[in-house]
Amino acid sequence: MSFLNNVITGVSLGSIYAIIALGYTMVYGIAKMLNFAHGDVIMVGAYVCFFAMNSAGLPPVVGVLLAIVVCTALGVVIERLAYKPLRAAPSLAVLITAIGVSYLLQNGAQILWGAATKTFTPIVSTDPDARLVLIPGQLSISYVAILSIVCCVVVMAALTLFTGQTKMGKAMRACSEDKGAAQLMGINVNSTISMTFAIGSALAAVAGVLMCSAYPILSPTTGSLPGIRAFTAAVFGGIGSIPGALLGGVLLGVIETFAKAYISTDLSDAVVFAVLIIVLLVRPAGLMGKYVPEKV
Amino acid sequence: MLKVNDINVYYGAIHAIKGVSFEVNDGEVVTLIGANGAGKSTTLNTVCGLLHSRTGSIEFLGRNLAAVPAHKMVELGMAHVPEGRRIFQQMTVEENLEMGAYTQPRAGIPANLERVYEQFPRLKERRRQVAGTLSGGEQQMLAMGRGLMSNPKLLMLDEPSMGLAPILVEQIFEIIKRLHQAGTTILLVEQNARMALSVADRGYVLETGKIVATGTGDELLHDEAVKKAYLGG
Repeated sequence: MSFLNNVITGVSLGSIYAIIALGYTMVYGIAKMLNFAHGDVIMVGAYVCFFAMNSAGLPPVVGVLLAIVVCTALGVVIERLAYKPLRAAPSLAVLITAIGVSYLLQNGAQILWGAATKTFTPIVSTDPDARLVLIPGQLSISYVAILSIVCCVVVMAALTLFTGQTKMGKAMRACSEDKGAAQLMGINVNSTISMTFAIGSALAAVAGVLMCSAYPILSPTTGSLPGIRAFTAAVFGGIGSIPGALLGGVLLGVIETFAKAYISTDLSDAVVFAVLIIVLLVRPAGLMGKYVPEKV
Repeated sequence: MLKVNDINVYYGAIHAIKGVSFEVNDGEVVTLIGANGAGKSTTLNTVCGLLHSRTGSIEFLGRNLAAVPAHKMVELGMAHVPEGRRIFQQMTVEENLEMGAYTQPRAGIPANLERVYEQFPRLKERRRQVAGTLSGGEQQMLAMGRGLMSNPKLLMLDEPSMGLAPILVEQIFEIIKRLHQAGTTILLVEQNARMALSVADRGYVLETGKIVATGTGDELLHDEAVKKAYLGG
C-alpha cells in the first residue's frame, strides 16, 4: 500500500508542479523567453493569501482570490516594465533581466515581510484525521492532495478549451507560431503577450497557495526551488506545450516522491535531473514537444 | 486606392528603398517586379506597417498610414499574404482561415468561409487537417484564402509563386485572374516577371531599391530592357 500512497503523493505534488509549469510553458510559447521570476510570483501569491487569512482574518476563499488578483496584476506589470522594453533585445539580455526580477521580488519580499519563515495556514484542513480514507489504516488521501489534483485537472481543461475554442485562445496560438503573421491578421501581439503573463501569474498564485498548504513553510525564497523544478517539468514535457506541462509536472512529482521513498531523500533532485537528461538525450524537444518541418 | 510617395527604408546602415513612389487604383492588378534583393518585399512590408519609412508618405483610401500600427491595417481593408506564406503550421486549415477573419464580426465568418472554400475547394476537403501537412501549393492557397477572409479592399501578394512547381504556378495565377475579374484590387510582388506582367494592368520594375521602369503589363512585357533583364531575352 505504501506504493499507492507514494503514487498519490507524487501525483498531487506533480499537479502543483504542472500548474506552475504551465506559466513557464505558456510564456515561453508566446514570448519565447524563460521567465525565471515566475517562481517568485508563487511566493508573492502565498504571502498575499497568508496575510489575508492571518492578519485580515478573511476566509480562505477570499485569500486565494486576492492572491490571484495581486499576482495577475504583478505579472502584467513585470512584463510591461521589465520585458516589453526588451522585445527586440537578444534573448540573453531578457534572461538576465528575468533573473534580476526574480531577485528583486525575493529581496522586496524580505524587506516587506521579513526574512523569518512563517507557518502558512493551510486553506483546507491538514489534520491527520481529516483525510479521505480509501482503505482504513492503509490507503488515504489528504484533502490538500485532492484539492491539488482537482485544481490541476480544472486548470488543464479550462486552458485546453480556451486555446482550442475561443478566438482569443486561437490568437494566442497564432502568436506563438509566428508573431509577424499574427500581426498581419490584425492580432495585437502586445496585448496577447500581456494576457499570457496574466494567465500564467494567476496560475502561479493558485500553485503558491496549494504548495504552501501542502508544505506550510513560507519565506521569501519559498518559490525558487519549486519554480526551478516546475521549469524542469516544462522542459521535460516539451516547453511550449500545454499537455506537455501536465505530463512533465506529474511525472516529475512522481519521480521525485519515488526517489525520496526508495532511493534517498538527499538524492531525489539528482535522480529527477538524471531522468531529465536521459529524456532530453532521446527526445531533445521533450516528451510532447513537436518538431514541425517547414515546407517550401 | 493606395498611394506611396517617396519612401526611403533602411536596415541599419543599409539604404534598402530609395525614394520609391507608386500607386494602385481601384480594381487594378499592379505588380512590382525585380530581381532578388531589389526591395520588393521591403516595399510591401513598409506599406503594411511592419517596417517604417524615414521620409514620404503612404496613403490608403485617402488616409495617411504613418501612425497606424501593423495590426490595425487589416481593419482598414488591407490584407497582406506574406512571402513564404507563413501560415500557422500547427493550426488546422479552418483555424488559419478564422485567424484571417480575426477583425471581422463573428456573424459574417461562415459566409466568408463558404466563399473561400468555393474559390479553393481543396481547402474545404482539408479543413480539419493541420496546415503544416499541406503541400506547398495548398499552403499558398491557404495563405491567399486567409487573406481574403478579412474582406480586403486591397490584397497584397508577396511572391505567391515562390517555390511552386510550374503547374501550380499556373493555378495560382489563374486564381489571381479570377480574383481580379471579381473586382479585387491586387498589389502583386513577383520574381516571375513574365507571369506577373501577363496578369497585371500595370507594373513597376524595381532595381536595387529604385523604380527603373513603369508601364502597362503589355508595355513592360515588350520593353527591350525589361525583356533582357527579367524575361530571359
